[in-house]
Amino acid sequence: MSVPSTWRNKKYRYRLEASKCTSCGKAFLPARMVCPECGSKDFEPTVLPDKGKILTYSIVHVGTEQTQFDVPYVIAVIELDNGTRLTTQVVDTGDKEVKIGTPVKLVFRKINIDGKTGVLGYGYKAVLE
Amino acid sequence: MREVAVIGVGNTPFGELWEKSIRDLYVEAALKALDDAGVDRVDALYVGAMSSGMFVDQEHLGALMADYIGNYHIPAVRVESACASGGLAFRQGYMEVASGMSDIVLVGGVEKMTDIEDATFALASAADQDNESYFGATFPALYAMIARAHMHKYGTTRDQLAMVSVKNHKNGALNPDAQFRLPITIETVKKSMIVADPLNILDCSPVTDGGACAILCPLDMASKFKGKPVKIIGSGAATDSIALHSREDITALKAVRLSAERAYQMAGKKPSDIDVAEVHDCFTIAEIVITEELGFAERGKGGPLVESGKTALDGEIPVNTSGGLKAKGHPVGATGIAQIAEIVRQLRGEAGKRQVNNPKVGLAQNMGGSGASSITHILEVV
Repeated sequence: MSVPSTWRNKKYRYRLEASKCTSCGKAFLPARMVCPECGSKDFEPTVLPDKGKILTYSIVHVGTEQTQFDVPYVIAVIELDNGTRLTTQVVDTGDKEVKIGTPVKLVFRKINIDGKTGVLGYGYKAVLE
Repeated sequence: MREVAVIGVGNTPFGELWEKSIRDLYVEAALKALDDAGVDRVDALYVGAMSSGMFVDQEHLGALMADYIGNYHIPAVRVESACASGGLAFRQGYMEVASGMSDIVLVGGVEKMTDIEDATFALASAADQDNESYFGATFPALYAMIARAHMHKYGTTRDQLAMVSVKNHKNGALNPDAQFRLPITIETVKKSMIVADPLNILDCSPVTDGGACAILCPLDMASKFKGKPVKIIGSGAATDSIALHSREDITALKAVRLSAERAYQMAGKKPSDIDVAEVHDCFTIAEIVITEELGFAERGKGGPLVESGKTALDGEIPVNTSGGLKAKGHPVGATGIAQIAEIVRQLRGEAGKRQVNNPKVGLAQNMGGSGASSITHILEVV
């Protein structure tokens, strides 16, 4: 990920600042200019709840060289309490079992180090509630 | 719109082809297709390729391929829709001939994937880079999450996933151009290396080099050429959200359903009319969900469908007679055209040891990303 891209995404990744459709109330991360639910173009800023549950997950054993994640790691689709969904890793699981429906909380974590620039990429990961 | 026929098909063998460049792959397939059709010139060409920039640092493929087929003043278009690039190139070429803009069009697809070590990273660019790949979602992981959700919701079993791979390897063993020509067992699949739980490496299509091409012309012109024509009767394309997590139902592939419905409607056919199908089994779970979306099985019953043997070579609706992406190989941009080539061979009765019994109507379904794009074509004997 490039430096400008890291900078551009920080409000989403660091602070969960999303956009909420003023017409149907659905919130999106990242922000959208057109609501795919109702077609409205009117949005207001909103901050996403940090709690949710696991909709589905996988334990990744083969990563990619560029992303440098230590394998194995758990990747999951999380549905937050307001219905917004996102994809991230579930970490610090210890010996607890990850399951569909397990409650999680988003926390601020380092995601990666860009190989060329050395820029640190941060963002949200999930821990078990 | 004019009726359009496929009058020639050709492909390279699929595999790790160290001695061949991306241009060699496309041109070899193109020359075979031109020879099969019996034409010596084309009015335009299309090339479907997902990520030649990331795989071999080469863009501008339209001009490159026009140059190297020795026909370098023709209009040439590169088409990209991730792993559905080939299927979409076929559709664009079909539209060009149907519209009357051109008469003889070369449609092809190509990918050269083995020049770099980390194909997984390039493939991940078909997902939502900022919001999926950044956080560690690889392609196998996205399909593994679909698989987990499907198993949870419908009771699809680990063995049923493996059965897709076993079936497609059995078919691939009969295809001289396939990358893997060895039959495998359910146990082999389950004991192979874990990639993204619950998917093992034998649930995943391989990294492959290859090219595939087809020649299109108006149906009423087809008799002028030696290639036995097959008619295109339906073409459907659809898209969905780029990120898996944005989809209402993670166990479904809505773009596949919509592309199929559009193709069925155009063709005036229904699922039970299809005699043979090539579908996008990039991962075993994909074939299970796709057979549901195409209407070959009810929602949630794709697992029992493969278990029943109905999609086997001698079943009611043979699926992936070529070996599919799993065994034939998956040079991403070439896959959509290679599927068409298999259907054309089946409908012509030229599929050799994997020939199904007298098929009249065939379907090819090609998909991009974790299902964000899908292209379905229906072909019929003339």
